[in-house]
Amino acid sequence: MTNAELLSGNEACVKGALAAGCTFFAGYPITPSSEIAHMMAYELPRRGGIFIQMEDEIASLGAVIGASLAGAKSVTATSGPGFSLMQEHIGFASIAEVPCVVISVMRGGPSTGVPTHPSQGDVMQARWGTHGDRPAVVLAPSSVAECFGLTIEAFNLAERYRTPVIVLTDEMIAHMREKVFLPSSDEIKLVERLKPAEPPEWFVPYRDPGTGVPPMPAFGEGYRYHVTGLCHDERGYPTTRADEVEPFVRRLFRKISQDFDKLQWSETYYTEDSTLNVVAFGSVARAALRAVRDARSKGMKVGLLKLLILFPFVRRKVTQLMESSTTILVPEINMGQISREVKRVNQGKCRIETLNKVAHEPMTPHEILEKIEEIYG
Amino acid sequence: MAEGRQRIIHKYLRTTKLFPSIWCPGCGIGIFLGAFLRAIDKSGYTKDEIVLVSGIGCTGRIPTYVDFNTLHTTHGRALIFATGIKLVKPELKVIVVMGDGDAVAIGGNHFIHAARRNVEITCIVINNSIYGMTGGQLAPTTPLGLETTTSPHGNLEPSFDICRLAEAAGSVFVARSAVYHVGHMERLVGKALKKKGFSLLEIISQCPVHYGRRAGMGSAVEMMKWQMENAITEEKARKLSEEELRDKIRIGVLVDKETPTYQERLDTLQESLKEKAGAL
Repeated sequence: MTNAELLSGNEACVKGALAAGCTFFAGYPITPSSEIAHMMAYELPRRGGIFIQMEDEIASLGAVIGASLAGAKSVTATSGPGFSLMQEHIGFASIAEVPCVVISVMRGGPSTGVPTHPSQGDVMQARWGTHGDRPAVVLAPSSVAECFGLTIEAFNLAERYRTPVIVLTDEMIAHMREKVFLPSSDEIKLVERLKPAEPPEWFVPYRDPGTGVPPMPAFGEGYRYHVTGLCHDERGYPTTRADEVEPFVRRLFRKISQDFDKLQWSETYYTEDSTLNVVAFGSVARAALRAVRDARSKGMKVGLLKLLILFPFVRRKVTQLMESSTTILVPEINMGQISREVKRVNQGKCRIETLNKVAHEPMTPHEILEKIEEIYG
Repeated sequence: MAEGRQRIIHKYLRTTKLFPSIWCPGCGIGIFLGAFLRAIDKSGYTKDEIVLVSGIGCTGRIPTYVDFNTLHTTHGRALIFATGIKLVKPELKVIVVMGDGDAVAIGGNHFIHAARRNVEITCIVINNSIYGMTGGQLAPTTPLGLETTTSPHGNLEPSFDICRLAEAAGSVFVARSAVYHVGHMERLVGKALKKKGFSLLEIISQCPVHYGRRAGMGSAVEMMKWQMENAITEEKARKLSEEELRDKIRIGVLVDKETPTYQERLDTLQESLKEKAGAL
C-alpha cells in the first residue's frame, strides 16, 4: 500500500522523521527551514511528542541531545547561520556518541547572505564545521521523495552508529512540491539503538563490544553513567592518558569507516559507455540529469553519478567511474566544495572540471549542457 | 556526628576513579557538594531518579564524582540539555549545577529563558565571582574595580545580581546561601529540590587561589569569615535601608511563588488535543 501525496521537501523531511519514530523536535525559526518547525509544532503534540522552540540554535541542538539521552529519537532543523551555531553541539554529540539528526537547508552565504535562495555552500561546514577530528555522516536528497527516505535513513544511521547525522538539503529542494508515494509503515525498516544486555552492575558504558558502537541505555533506566564532552575512558570518566585517548578517538572513526562499503549511497545514469561523467548532488543533480539526457540526444557519451551521501565520501563509486572516464565534471552552487573530494580521490586518473555558480540561483540544465559541450569539444 | 555525615556522602560518591578531586585546597565547591548530597539523601530521591547536569568550569566537574545519571555538557549550556531530558522524562529529578561565568556570561541567554519557560529544573549556581579554572579572569559577577588577569588595571564593568536576574526572568523560587552557612545551604537545597517549576539557588563561594589573592581577601578561612560577617538573612535585610545593605550578602528565600510549570501546560494541551481527536 502506498499513499500518493503532494509535498514540499521540508514537509517530506517531517513525514520521514515521524515515520522514523521521532518524538522530539527543538528548533529556532530560520528561512528556508521554518516549515519543518511549523509542521512539527502541529504534529508532535497531537501524537504525544514534544515540540519546543528554543532561544537559539545552540539551545536547539542541546535540547535535542538531552532528549536523546533520555531515550527519544530527536531532530532539529536549521539553515546556514543556525547551522554555524550548532557546530558546537555537533561536536558534543560526536564525542559523547548521542544519536541525533540535524536537517540543514542550505541558503546563500556567508553570514546572512541570500536567505531565500538555494546554495550548496555548507558542504564543507557539514564535514569540518565543528572543531577537532571526528567522522561526519551527511546525506543529500535531490528530490522530495529522497527527503522522506533519507530522513528516515538519517535516523537509522544515527541510531546504528550513535552519532549525529546531517541531512543537507537546499532551498530549492525544501520548497518545491512533488508528487510522492509514501510507503506504509510496515514497508519501512527502522533501526533502534542497541541497549545493554547485562545488568547495571556489570555495565561499562563506553566499552567497545567489537562493533565499535557501545550499547546505550537511556537516563532513568537504572544504568547510571557519566556522559561528557571530555575525552573519556571506557567508564565515561575524563582522561588525558594517551593510551586511552588514542583508541577512543580512533574508535569514533572506525565505527563508521568499517562500513564504508555499505555506505556508497549513490545512483548512476547512462554510465555504461560514458567517457565524460558528471558528479552532482542535491538540486544540481536534477539539472545535471536533464543536461546529460540532452547531451545523449546530441550523441555525446555522457553519464551521471548522483551522490546521496556526501560523507563518508563515496570513494569506491567515484574511483570506479574514473576508470572509464576521461573527464569528470562537478557542477555545484558554490566555489567548489564536493569537487575537492573528487580531486582528492582522483590521484591523476582523469581530468576534473568544475562548474560553479555563487549567485545562489538554481543551476540550470542549460548551463551544465553548455559546459558539457565545451569539454566535449 | 562527623562519622555519620561522612557515611551519607560516601553513599553517593563514585569510588571507581578520579579521587582526589580537581578542586584546589580551600575551594568552596567541596563544602557545597557535601551539603548537596546530605540534602539529596533527606529528599528521598533514589540515585536512578536523579539526573545531574553541568556545564564547564570547576563547578562543571561536580557530576563526574557522584553516582547519579550524570551529564557534563558544553560551556554555559547545561540548562538546555536539562530541558530536553526533563521534557522527555518528566518523572526524573533534573538538577543543574553551574558556576557564575557558566550561568550568566556564556550561558546568560539560556539562563533567562529557562527561568521564563518554567520547566521543572533545580538550578544551582555556585558564585565565586571569578573564572577559577582558566586562571582568574573577570566574570560578570566580579565587583567593580577588582584587578583580575583580564582586568589588570581594575574592572570597569558593574556586576550581575544573579538572584535578581532570575527573579526578573520569572523563576518561581529564588534563594541564596553561602558555603560558610553550611546548614542553611543544605536546608535551601532541600527546599529548592521540592519546588515545582524552575528554582534558582545561588551559593556564594570562595576561590582563594584566584580571587582571595588578588582582592586581598586572603586565605580560604578569611574569605569564609567575610561570608560569615556579611551574610544577612532576608528577613533582617527587609528592615534595613539600601545604604545599610551595601556589601551585604542577602541569604534566604527571596522568591517563592506558584505558577503553572511548562509540563502542566503541556499536559493540558495534550489532553485537549486528545479530546478533540476523540470528538472527530
